[in-house]
Amino acid sequence: MPEVKFSKEHEWIKLEGEIAIIGITKHATEMLGDIVFVELPEKGSSVEKDGTAGVVESTKAASDVYTPVSGEIVDTNQTIVDDPAKINQDPEGDAWFFKMKMKDTSEMDSLMNKEEYDKFAKESSS
Amino acid sequence: MEIKETSLINLHKSYGAKLVEFAGYHMPIQYSEGILSEHKFTRSNCGIFDVSHMGQLFIYGDDNLTKDLEKIFPIDLQSLKINQSKYSFLMNEKGGICDDLIITKIKKGYMIILNAACKANDFKILKEKLDISYEIELKEDLSLIALQGPGAKNILGKVIPEITNLRFMHGGEFIYNDLKIYITRSGYTGEDGFEISISNEIAEHFTKVLLEHGSKLIGLGARDTLRLEAGLCLYGNDLDAETTPIEANLKWAISKKRINDQYPGSEIIKKQIQSGVKKLRVGIKPETKVIARANTKIFNEENKEIGKITSGTFGPSVEHPISMGYVDSNYSSIDTKIFLEIRGKKVSANICKLPFYKKNYVKEV
Repeated sequence: MPEVKFSKEHEWIKLEGEIAIIGITKHATEMLGDIVFVELPEKGSSVEKDGTAGVVESTKAASDVYTPVSGEIVDTNQTIVDDPAKINQDPEGDAWFFKMKMKDTSEMDSLMNKEEYDKFAKESSS
Repeated sequence: MEIKETSLINLHKSYGAKLVEFAGYHMPIQYSEGILSEHKFTRSNCGIFDVSHMGQLFIYGDDNLTKDLEKIFPIDLQSLKINQSKYSFLMNEKGGICDDLIITKIKKGYMIILNAACKANDFKILKEKLDISYEIELKEDLSLIALQGPGAKNILGKVIPEITNLRFMHGGEFIYNDLKIYITRSGYTGEDGFEISISNEIAEHFTKVLLEHGSKLIGLGARDTLRLEAGLCLYGNDLDAETTPIEANLKWAISKKRINDQYPGSEIIKKQIQSGVKKLRVGIKPETKVIARANTKIFNEENKEIGKITSGTFGPSVEHPISMGYVDSNYSSIDTKIFLEIRGKKVSANICKLPFYKKNYVKEV
């Protein structure tokens, strides 16, 4: 099974070959509340590790989405643009944000695993 | 300063409230179901809002009180009937709004509902302006509970049957378990509903009874989306000390009979009514699904800055982003095309009529 890693900005990233699938964590959606708008990066655009790659807006506030790794956006999930509520329903499954061809898969190494992220999320919200 | 709690704090916690600090109080921003579902439940059914942080100010006095209060508020208090409420303002000498409020005539005086963040200052202003012979009290022993939505009449009617006779912006004293409570038919959601002023000791019990009859607790988050859809102003966002009621497009709340009278800011208000204003509050709808929040800059087609958004959110019932803001009055007519600067990009939008959502007040019973 491909490994899932997590960033401090509450994104998850799953590597399948050299394609990374990226979304926001369940913990992030719980902090944001009901998501009502999402803006995704353009297909074909290049993004740098820790750069912004979209926006999510809840009824409360707007938050930037960061990319935890560098590469080229090869696909975006239009179903969450049409129905942002899907992000609250299944953030770590069907409601992925974008797929990326990674520049350097070793960037995965510096990210947190599930256990480390759960601990980080618990500490950062308390 | 210590953050205060309302008498419903334990109830909020037991219903999974996310608490935030608001105007010096621990208040529920939302409960476990979230803002969208709380909003929709209020529109389709009935929500309960703890608004006990708001000021409940009582002024008692003799027959001169009405005349003296007319020197402060720009409304016709002399024709206000007992148990009738009116929306009004406390204004500064420049006609700027220090607070927006609801004033109700009661048996021996007036009850005024004030914004939480303004109440201490309002109290100070009124103390200074009114003769010491009047009794003024900002009640700390009363809670305020709003019951809002199409189901409100039936739910409250099961507990106090007489309330079904109240009309919008009218109130009365009722007895519950031998205790007096004061109820007005009013609210801040655009729906039919009631505001219940009740002693702190039984506020939690009374709220539980309303919950048992099928209403749900609703947080400040949904209160904000509901009021914005109804085109109602939030003090601090849409109204402030630099903005007059005329600029805020609330001219209707200045009594016609009072236009030539003296009250704080009266000269400026009269002038603005006669010759117009430079900026005006308007409704704004972006053409896309992007949300324009407070402080978003507004531009015309020639890229000239013409105003600023003061409130903006996603309207769950209109299913579209909605905003209010102030624009140069030359650009205030309905369907004027404007541009909003959001995250460095210009997004097209249109001036639109308020409210975004049709109000459902019960004006006749």
